[in-house]
Amino acid sequence: MTDPKILLDKSDMERAISRIAHEIIENNKGVVDVCLIGIQRGGVHMARRLSDRIDLIEGQKVQVGTLDIAMYRDDLDIRDEQPRIRRTDVPFDINGKVVILVDDVFFTGRSIRAAMDALMDIGRPAVIQLAVLIDRGHRELPIRADYAGKNIPTSKNETIEVVFKEDAGKDEVILKRSEGEE
Amino acid sequence: MSSLGQKDLLGIRGMTREQISLVLETASGFKDVLKRDIKKVPALRGRTVFNLFFEPSTRTRTSFELAAKRLSTDVVNFSVPTSSVVKGESLLDTIATIESYGVDYIIIRHASSGVPHFIAQHSDASVLNAGDGINEHPTQALLDAFTIMEHKTQIEGLKIAIVGDILHSRVAKSNIYCLRELGAEVRLIAPPTFVPSHINEEGIDIHYDMDEGLKGADVIMMLRIQRERQGGGFLPSSDEYSRFWGLTRERLNMADPEAIVMHPGPMNRGIEIASEVADDERSVILEQVTNGVAVRMAVIYLLGRSKEKEQ
Repeated sequence: MTDPKILLDKSDMERAISRIAHEIIENNKGVVDVCLIGIQRGGVHMARRLSDRIDLIEGQKVQVGTLDIAMYRDDLDIRDEQPRIRRTDVPFDINGKVVILVDDVFFTGRSIRAAMDALMDIGRPAVIQLAVLIDRGHRELPIRADYAGKNIPTSKNETIEVVFKEDAGKDEVILKRSEGEE
Repeated sequence: MSSLGQKDLLGIRGMTREQISLVLETASGFKDVLKRDIKKVPALRGRTVFNLFFEPSTRTRTSFELAAKRLSTDVVNFSVPTSSVVKGESLLDTIATIESYGVDYIIIRHASSGVPHFIAQHSDASVLNAGDGINEHPTQALLDAFTIMEHKTQIEGLKIAIVGDILHSRVAKSNIYCLRELGAEVRLIAPPTFVPSHINEEGIDIHYDMDEGLKGADVIMMLRIQRERQGGGFLPSSDEYSRFWGLTRERLNMADPEAIVMHPGPMNRGIEIASEVADDERSVILEQVTNGVAVRMAVIYLLGRSKEKEQ
């Protein structure tokens, strides 16, 4: 590992989330029937923040759910360890709703594929949109984001880590390079 | 990332608190799945599970079968009375045959203690012990712990009374290992003929008087009288047993007012447990059945990879 590089600091993150919140409202002409579902774990923090931000702008609460995609991954067969199962908690009806899937880092698109399958087992949304904080490229599936906080071109042997103060006491996005890997 | 770090689940003995907690935590994720309209996830698509039961069992086999199906595996039930085992095939030949079908998990119940361990040594598949003789029944203990956690939030420090035929009960043995590893204070209540001679480990109280033993208990775990495993001479009569060791409402009142009553099933109503107690609101017997599927899904999921990375 070489020294990690800070790509976004606290206020960069706030600005990005704020802009996405505005875009969500604009795109959907308000937030009636809109709900946010965060993918465990980073997406959950981001979904809550988006909801708070939308509330500030629109004066309307948007419901937030959490989605664990471990059981829907396509690599369970090739991993050495099973991913930890975290909580899926969608305490509202998603049928006919505009569901905005929220994730922190958008990479190959495989997590989003898994998340859409998981969502379909819970209900039938009218529309699914995707909001991500960082789009780092390298898509392996034909999936794109409707809202992206920042596009950051990366190489495959780099890792992007989004740190939320809910977990680590501070907000930042870090780029790490792992040497001689993959 | 998480796994149990072992190929098989043969018993609770030797498992750490961390491993047990991982199973319980994972099970709560699967319990959420079971509450949905679509009670199935694609996690283990393409894997094959063999249910190999050498002893009659409806509920454990059904529970494992449902768990495996809800993880999207293919399940084959191999029932012994109709198989070639009765035609004289050896256990090893049976296993070799099953392996030729390309099986990933073997769920085994057998009347002899140690058979799952033997199979685990001779098979690449993950072996899950669904009850072996009088040895262990690990998934029952895990689902019991899960059920207790749902009611009591933590197991550490709880007073848990296990009542009945400890000697012949693999459920009791797995539970003793599991609950003690999680920090509970386990007491056994049984007639002297039903107490295994090797059990006087430190920290296990043995009571021959039921009223005494139930005092202040947070959890009462009743065991089934296992007539099929007794050679005779253990019990004068079931009437006498129920008079001294049956859980009646009066006896239940000796326990903590918030106590829960458990039973692994099938129950002998009127013998080890009074009908009114079985149907009492303190009874969590049907929750145990529901939780069994979630816990077995968790175990199968966590054993996960049966074959070390096929090339």
